[in-house]
Amino acid sequence: MKQGMHPLVTILLVVATTLFGRVLPTWTLSLATIAASNALIALGIVILARTGNVSFGQGLFYAAGGYGVALIANSWGITDAVAQMLIGAVCGALLGLVVGPLIARYSGIFFGMLTLALSMVLYGALVKTTALGGSDGFNVGRPSLFGMIFTDPREADFMLYAVSVVTTGFAGIAATILFRSELGLASLAVRENNLRVEYLGISSNRVITINFVIAAIFAGASGAFALMAERHIDPQFAYWTTSGEFVFVAVLAGYQSVTAVFVASLALELVRSFSNLYLPNTWQLVLGVFLLGVILFLPRGIGSLWMREKPRRIEPQAVIPIAARKEAAQ
Amino acid sequence: MNFFLTIVLDGLIQASWLFVVALGLTLVFGVLKILNIAHGSFYALGAYIAATAVTIIAANGLPPSAGFVAMLVSVALIASAVGLLLERGLLKMFYGRDEVVLLLVTYAVFLILEDLTKLIWGANPIYATQPYELFGNVEFAGLYYVGYDLVLIPISAAIGFLVWFGLNHTVTGKIVLAVIHNEEMSVSMGVRVNRVYAVAFAFGVLLASLAGALTAPKISMQPGLSSDVIILSFAIVVIGGLGSVGGAAVGAVLVGLARAASVHLMPQAELFMIYLIMAAVLMFRPEGLFTREKARRI
Repeated sequence: MKQGMHPLVTILLVVATTLFGRVLPTWTLSLATIAASNALIALGIVILARTGNVSFGQGLFYAAGGYGVALIANSWGITDAVAQMLIGAVCGALLGLVVGPLIARYSGIFFGMLTLALSMVLYGALVKTTALGGSDGFNVGRPSLFGMIFTDPREADFMLYAVSVVTTGFAGIAATILFRSELGLASLAVRENNLRVEYLGISSNRVITINFVIAAIFAGASGAFALMAERHIDPQFAYWTTSGEFVFVAVLAGYQSVTAVFVASLALELVRSFSNLYLPNTWQLVLGVFLLGVILFLPRGIGSLWMREKPRRIEPQAVIPIAARKEAAQ
Repeated sequence: MNFFLTIVLDGLIQASWLFVVALGLTLVFGVLKILNIAHGSFYALGAYIAATAVTIIAANGLPPSAGFVAMLVSVALIASAVGLLLERGLLKMFYGRDEVVLLLVTYAVFLILEDLTKLIWGANPIYATQPYELFGNVEFAGLYYVGYDLVLIPISAAIGFLVWFGLNHTVTGKIVLAVIHNEEMSVSMGVRVNRVYAVAFAFGVLLASLAGALTAPKISMQPGLSSDVIILSFAIVVIGGLGSVGGAAVGAVLVGLARAASVHLMPQAELFMIYLIMAAVLMFRPEGLFTREKARRI
C-alpha cells in the first residue's frame, strides 16, 4: 500500500457495489456475500502480515465469532444482522486480547505453527462437545435487519450481501488509514528488523499484538457473516484447511492493495463455484494449480496487476556505482 | 499396573509409525527449510499404493507375506520417483522465496494430491487387511496384541537408527549435515546442494509413504487421511524441534503416549491433548525441545 485510495472513492465504490447487488442473480449474491466475508478475514491476515507474521490459525477467531454469535443469538433471540456482526467482532477481539500478547513473542514459522495449534485445540474441543452438536454442529435462524424481517429469500440474501459488503468496505477504509498511520509504518519496520525497532523505543511485541487483535476482530466478524450466510455452524470453521484458504486469499491478493483482497476473494469464490459446477470432484486440484500459477507468475499477488511496483527495500546502491567506477577505470 | 502397561504399549505402537512420518518431515525441513504441508499426502499416497499392491497380490492367490514385501517395494519405488519429480519439476522453481511462500506451495501440492488420490482410488474407504494377520496374536502380560502392531515398533526403531547412523557416520550423511548447518559454506566447499536437496526431499517422501504402507493394513484408507496425519506430525516436529532427529523420536513418543492415554482415560480430549502439549512446549521452549536457539541478526 503506497498511496492507497482516497476514503471517499472507496465509499463510492462500496455504494456502487452494494447497489449492483440489486441486478445480480441470486446465486451470485450468496457467492459475493461469502467472498466479502472471506475478504474481511483475509484483510486481517494482510494487516498482520505487514509485521512479517502469517497466521495459519485465523480459523480460531472465525470459529469463535461464529460460535459466539450462534450461541448468543440462539439464547437471547438476537437476529439482527448488524448486531450479530458486532457480537462476532467482540468475540474475536476478546479472544485476540488473550492470545495476542502470548503469541507476539514468536515469529516466522513458529508464529504460524502456534496459531495453527491453537485453532486445532479449539477444533478438537468443539468436535467432542456434544452440547454444541459435536462434529455436526447446529443450525441458526435467518437474520433480520433493524427490526425488518425478510421472508423473501432473495431479499434476505440481498440484505446480507449489503451488510457484508458495507462492513468489509469500512474495514478496507480502516485498513487504508491504518497502513498510513504511525502503527502501520512501525509494522513494516518490525517486519524488516524487530530488534532495531526496539532500539528506536517502540515495543515490537505491542505492534504485533495490536495488529493481531485487529486481525482477530475482522476474523470474528467474518465468522459471524459466514454463520448468517450458511445458517449453520460446525467445527470445520476452526479446521486448519479453512484457515489455509484465508491465507490463500491473502497471498493471492498480495500485500499491496486493499482492493486486491476483495478481487482475490471474489476470484477464489468464482473459481470454486465454477469448478464445483463443471469439475465436481477436482475443485481442490484446480485451486492448487491456480495457487501455484499465481505464486509463480504473479509473485506480488493480483494487486501487482494494477499497482505500480516500487522497490520495497533500499538496496545498498552506493556500493554498485563504486564497483562500476573501478571497473571503468581499469 | 496392567492398565498403565496398555497405555504405554498402545502409545509406543502409535509413536512408531508417527515417528517415521515425522522423521521425513523434519529432515526435509532441516535440509530444504520447507515445512512441507503435503507431507501427509505422501503418507496417504503410500497407504493407497500399499493397498493396491496387497489387493493385487491377494487376488493372484499369493501368501500375505508376499503382499507385505510387495507393498513395501512398490511404495519405495513409486514414492522416491514422485519425490524426485516433485522436487526437480516443481519445488525447484520456488527456491529463494519467503518461507511462508514455500509453505503455500506445499499447501497447493497438498490440495492437488488430495484430489488426485480421490480420482485414482475413489472416495470410498478401501482396505488392505491381509498382511495384518501375518504375525499372529501375541500375549503380553495378560493382554492380547496383534503381532503386526508390535512388529512396527522395532521396524521404526531400526529406521530411526539407520537414519541416525547414515547422517552421522557416512560421508553422504555428513554432507547432508553440512548443508543443514550452513548451505552457503557447503556450496563454496564444492557440495552440489541441488543434488542434496533432491535426494533429501525424495527421502522425506519415501519415509512418509513407507509409514503409510506400514500402517495401511491397520486402517481404512479414505479422503481426509492426509490432513489428519500432517497435523499430528506437525505437532511432533514442533515439540521435538524442527530439523532434529532425536527430537522427532521424543516428540513421537510424547504424542503417541498422549493419544493413547487420552483414548483410554478421556476420549473427549484426544486432539485437544496433543495441541495443548504442543502449545505448552512452544510457550516455554519456542524452538522445540531439541534445538538450540540461533543467533539473531541485529
